[in-house]
Amino acid sequence: MLNLDVSFINWDLFHQFILKGLLFSLELTAVASLGGLFFGTLLALLRLSDSKILRAIAASYVNGMRSIPLVMVILWFYLLIPVFIGKSIGAEWSAFITFVAFEAAFFCEIMRAGIESVSKGQRMAAQALGMSYAQSMQLIVLPQAFRNMVPVLLTQTIVLFQDTSLVYAIGAYDLLKGFVTAGRIYGRPEEVYLLAAVVYFVLCFGLSSVVKQLQRRLSLS
Amino acid sequence: MVLEWQVFLNDDGGGRTYLQWMLEAWSWTLGVAVAAWCVAIPCGAAIGVMRTLQGAPFLARVGQIWVELFRNIPLLVQIFLWYFVLPKLFPVMQQFSSFWLVVLALGLFTSARIAEQFRAGIESLPKGQRYAAMALGFKTWQLYWYVLLPAALRVIMPPLTSESMNLLKNSSVAFAVSITELTMFAMQAQEETSKGVEVYLAVTFLYMISALTINRLFSWIEASLRIPGQSAAKSTTLSAGH
Repeated sequence: MLNLDVSFINWDLFHQFILKGLLFSLELTAVASLGGLFFGTLLALLRLSDSKILRAIAASYVNGMRSIPLVMVILWFYLLIPVFIGKSIGAEWSAFITFVAFEAAFFCEIMRAGIESVSKGQRMAAQALGMSYAQSMQLIVLPQAFRNMVPVLLTQTIVLFQDTSLVYAIGAYDLLKGFVTAGRIYGRPEEVYLLAAVVYFVLCFGLSSVVKQLQRRLSLS
Repeated sequence: MVLEWQVFLNDDGGGRTYLQWMLEAWSWTLGVAVAAWCVAIPCGAAIGVMRTLQGAPFLARVGQIWVELFRNIPLLVQIFLWYFVLPKLFPVMQQFSSFWLVVLALGLFTSARIAEQFRAGIESLPKGQRYAAMALGFKTWQLYWYVLLPAALRVIMPPLTSESMNLLKNSSVAFAVSITELTMFAMQAQEETSKGVEVYLAVTFLYMISALTINRLFSWIEASLRIPGQSAAKSTTLSAGH
């Protein structure tokens, strides 16, 4: 039986090792969800456009991203980015680019389902009123679609926050890496892994409870 | 850029070619995924059923805690817990090989997601089904085994398919505890041969065929289970995933 000793866990440990990682994980989540939202919307519009070629390109990008493991995507970008731009940009920057590109594919599918959930009559009515495609999307369809999608987008963001731990594969200093490093330095990996689980759980469970409440409020209207 | 595929015929230093090593790694990936699936489906179904039992608030609560616990901790952290922490807490587990520890981690992680699908599937059925079976004098297990589960299973085939594909993809996280599955192979072979593009392309291709095979297999099962006249559930529901 292992004797757990948690006496070494104090503010210093958080300050020295964890906060830096937490900050990076949160930054990565924020950048990836905002970037993913932007490019995901563009991709969704391409997938719903009238051009066959654009639809095919967007669909193969989205399906390709969704059919390979995120760890492989992280490794691919880490390998290829230096080849294309001619210099190494470090694990952290590589992670930002990877997650935006990866999440765009997932946000695209949520967007597409959201846009398709707005009844066709809405767009036809906008067209009948003389609105252009851009106007009908911007003023009529997207605002309603966003409302339907908000809870799912937020849930995806929580999943994304958990997934940022996979940058472990390329050695970026995220929240998990902070815990791993602390465990190594204090020589107590077991306690630190447990602490990592507790911290992730509290953050994710707290956020998902907020999302649930929001979902309830949105569905009332 | 010229791809040099002959790198796969080189010896890896241990008397086998990189191609042989990659195929072995593929079999580890498939092995982990299939074994974890066999853990995830029964556990997920049981927890999903527990959450829908009438008049058993304690069991429903346990099911809920199970789901929240496994869903809100990143898979990588869960794998570390299974690999480094639990064997220290429970010495019995020190006899488990790392393969089985990863299988348990991945299986239980996935079971929480599958449980949610079973619950949603059962709750989507008309209440009358449950009451009719009760009126006919079915015991609870009969009610579930003969009435609710067969109907729910058909409803949840599409999300079950994508969850099974996710399971395959998530098996890549096993690299972190040195299981020589495809991702681990990719990282090591890339380092040893410096032919990253060739190695990654081959590995990505294998992941894609595996995912496609699962997809086809489940479509076939779904089609052969389909009850004539009953339309399949729409698969474009809004859901989050990775």
